[in-house]
Amino acid sequence: MRKDPFVTTDPTNETPAKKTAAKKSPARKPPAKKAPARTPAAASSPSTTTSTTSTTGHASGRPARRAVILGGNRIPFGRAGKAYASASNQDMLTAAIDGLVARYGLAGAQLGEVAAGAVLKHSRDFNLTRESVLGSALDPRTPAYDVQQACATGLETFVTLANKIQLGQTESAIAGGVDSTSDAPIAVSEPLRKTLIKLSYAKSAGQKAAILAKLRPKHLAPAPPRVDEPRTGLSMGEHQAITTLQWQIPREAQDELALASHERLAAAYDDGFFDDLMTPYRGLVRDENLRADTTLEKLGSLKPVFGKRLDGEATMTAGNSTPLSDGASTVLLASEAWAAEHGITPLAAFIDAQSAAVDFVHGRDGLLMAPVFAVPQLLARNGLTFDDLDFIEIHEAFASTVLCALAAWEDDEFCRDRLGLDGALGTVDRAKLNVHGSSLAAGHPFAATGGRILATTAKLLAQRKAETGKTARALISVCAAGGLGVAAILESA
Amino acid sequence: MSDTYVKAVNSGFTATLAKRLGLPRPAMLRRYTPGEPLRTGPVLVLAAGDPTSHADADALASAFVGWDLDVRRSWGEGLGKVSAVVVVLTGLTHPDELHSPALELGSVLKQLAGGGRVVVVSRAPGEADAPAVHAVRQGIDGFVRSLAKELRAGATGNAVQLEDDATVGDPSTLAAVRFFLSNRSAFVAGQLLTIGRPGVPDGAPDPSDSTGLGNGTKLEDSYWDAPLAGRVAVVTGAARGIGASIARTLSRDGARVVLVDVPAAGDALAKVANELGGTALQLDITAEDAGQRILDHVRVRAGHLDIVVHNAGVTRDKLLANMRPDQWDLVLGVNIAAQLRVNEALLASDLFRDAPRIVSLASTSGIAGNRGQTNYAASKGGVIGMVRATAPLLAPIGGTANAVAPGFIETDMTARIPFATREVARRLNSLQQGGQPIDVAEAIAFLASPAAGGVSGQVLRVCGQNLVGA
Repeated sequence: MRKDPFVTTDPTNETPAKKTAAKKSPARKPPAKKAPARTPAAASSPSTTTSTTSTTGHASGRPARRAVILGGNRIPFGRAGKAYASASNQDMLTAAIDGLVARYGLAGAQLGEVAAGAVLKHSRDFNLTRESVLGSALDPRTPAYDVQQACATGLETFVTLANKIQLGQTESAIAGGVDSTSDAPIAVSEPLRKTLIKLSYAKSAGQKAAILAKLRPKHLAPAPPRVDEPRTGLSMGEHQAITTLQWQIPREAQDELALASHERLAAAYDDGFFDDLMTPYRGLVRDENLRADTTLEKLGSLKPVFGKRLDGEATMTAGNSTPLSDGASTVLLASEAWAAEHGITPLAAFIDAQSAAVDFVHGRDGLLMAPVFAVPQLLARNGLTFDDLDFIEIHEAFASTVLCALAAWEDDEFCRDRLGLDGALGTVDRAKLNVHGSSLAAGHPFAATGGRILATTAKLLAQRKAETGKTARALISVCAAGGLGVAAILESA
Repeated sequence: MSDTYVKAVNSGFTATLAKRLGLPRPAMLRRYTPGEPLRTGPVLVLAAGDPTSHADADALASAFVGWDLDVRRSWGEGLGKVSAVVVVLTGLTHPDELHSPALELGSVLKQLAGGGRVVVVSRAPGEADAPAVHAVRQGIDGFVRSLAKELRAGATGNAVQLEDDATVGDPSTLAAVRFFLSNRSAFVAGQLLTIGRPGVPDGAPDPSDSTGLGNGTKLEDSYWDAPLAGRVAVVTGAARGIGASIARTLSRDGARVVLVDVPAAGDALAKVANELGGTALQLDITAEDAGQRILDHVRVRAGHLDIVVHNAGVTRDKLLANMRPDQWDLVLGVNIAAQLRVNEALLASDLFRDAPRIVSLASTSGIAGNRGQTNYAASKGGVIGMVRATAPLLAPIGGTANAVAPGFIETDMTARIPFATREVARRLNSLQQGGQPIDVAEAIAFLASPAAGGVSGQVLRVCGQNLVGA
């Protein structure tokens, strides 16, 4: 039983403000039973009982054209201040694009569109993606734009481009993301910034002197970037600590998930899984954060870093939380016609996506719990359950973020009251979860995580289909700052 | 890599000084640039006195005229420099007959221009030939190797040896003569290349197929500009050094390139791939399924594979007494075992059927041996055996397998050799300098070309006629 500070079973405890917040929740009216379920291609899902007539054309709710993932490329992720300490976002994104271009022989090619983004971004990088394209081996006439949705940037960028392809607005695209916590922008203090702006308007020397005279030494202190939530002042870790306590996720479970992440990522490297998904950069050939030799004992010996001031056991450590990281990732997607024309075999097709947000400021939901609401909507709309999925990729912002989501979906009461379902959504089979590790081991350069997960998942789906001859499906879920979340479904091509 | 000594003895005050002191003065070798004329001065075609040699010389001379060469059949003192001399000895049957063509060649050698070429065209003895025939033809071998050592100022001497029923008009003969005449062979000296009949693909060869270059096929003039047009080539170890140069050269000659290197070299590999508009395949060639993964990579992208250059190689030098098992295993594993495994997959594949070419990197160490390189020499000697035995397997589909054995080449690897050893190693050849990666690449591009179908199972040394490995 979860420990909910807002105790949904006792309505008197709920303030009117929270009721409003809850009503606004996208899960309040889930379209689960009402919306016509889409039929996944090949219609092999045992749970699918609706139309199986056509897998193409709008009649069945499917787009006329599919957007397919052809491959991906990322640079190994570095730890903040280490291997990529002197690399800029533009350097890393350009390297990630160039590696992708080389893998698919696209040097000099004019693509339909390149979109990417960064969460921590210098103001001078207003055209980060375009500048990266201009510095890459692509035809300089390839259009580009920037996207930003906190940690969901990478996945949302992909969804947007995939939609454009499905609509016939473009034929080929690269979706990317990059982040550097090492080369982060540092701003001046607000008083200094305002003083400098005033100074630029001052006409006489006297006016300038008067303005400068108001400056105090403390104003000269730089304002480094913060990952704290602007509305609560709490760090993401502190926010997650509240949710972790709320769902009573034990320390051991978090450490076990972290261990699995490291072990699985290391095994994937050893198997050569990343040989065609990654290009080394600045001397790194593997993710710098990966600890292939870590153990439960080592993880268990770490001191908690978040939730120490909460009324409960602090369980979140540096080992079961993702570190600040640097890195970039890209995904090549296109229409099936473009893929055929360029002699590239698609790995997976984009099926559907759903965004959600929670009111973590006033409401009862944790900062990183939005995917918990997005996923059931997405599954229902596509007539799928967890059992129909071959792979489930949940971004490991913290081990407990994943475990809170799993706990919520297993909780009858929560699923009934908050998600509007008949009962628990279901249990995620751990054997399908983050099978090649995730952010705890790889690191999490915010905007680059989506591309990392997409490319890995697309390759997994292609491999599974090659093994079984059957369509394979995957769910991707990414939580983000600001109470945001994006989920997507992919299917083997 | 730069050889400062070669630069110093060729320019300014240091050049004068070197001349006065009588120091060895290696020439600045001219390398090929696309579009340049084959030779810039007169090309003298000499023949032995017999009718066969005469007829063959006539045939070659008329082919040369087609290549816009300034062809002469005689030369004399006071007429200035000749840029190349081609000596046709295909009809010799006794060592006595070598007298007049040899001395006639000798009389014009002082007029051979810097960077000039001597190409001897002869015939290989057959099993049924008389001892005198064997004597003169084997004698030509020694003659050419010695002559090449006498040439100066970047000039080279090489020979083309026709086997069985190969003729001077065969595309392979013309391509080989042209290779030796051109600046593509700047660092090839004292070599004999044997020309046989190209294997003919099973079934009736389509004469219009530019790759099925059988006897009598005419090479279009445009062929020489892009001999590898339409061909798909895989180069292993392509991220840097000689491998990158091979990829650039094949691409320059018109091939579509797939660049293979270990995942750890992926960033350098991507740069070369993007420079050439090729594709990068990060792959450890020692993987069991490496051949299959190469084929999978080209299957959808290109639909066929025509050229595979086995360039990837490693050294782990140690005296045998001190050799660790891992050092032995790594060198043999990468340099020969991986190639054998990949070739098996290639030979079994339906993608590798159109007069394919395998070119493998051997080494002069594999021929002459080298102290501290028992493992390396075993692997490189193995390469020579492998191509010799692979050649007949490819002949039914018009394919060839050959090896190139580089001598001292200026690379990152040789730059790490201690100074004194390096200086000695560089000078110990007829051209008194190390070669460049491009020199190896040019030889490979020639062997990979459709016209070289009559060259198979051979080892072409690119060593400036190094004293070791002769």
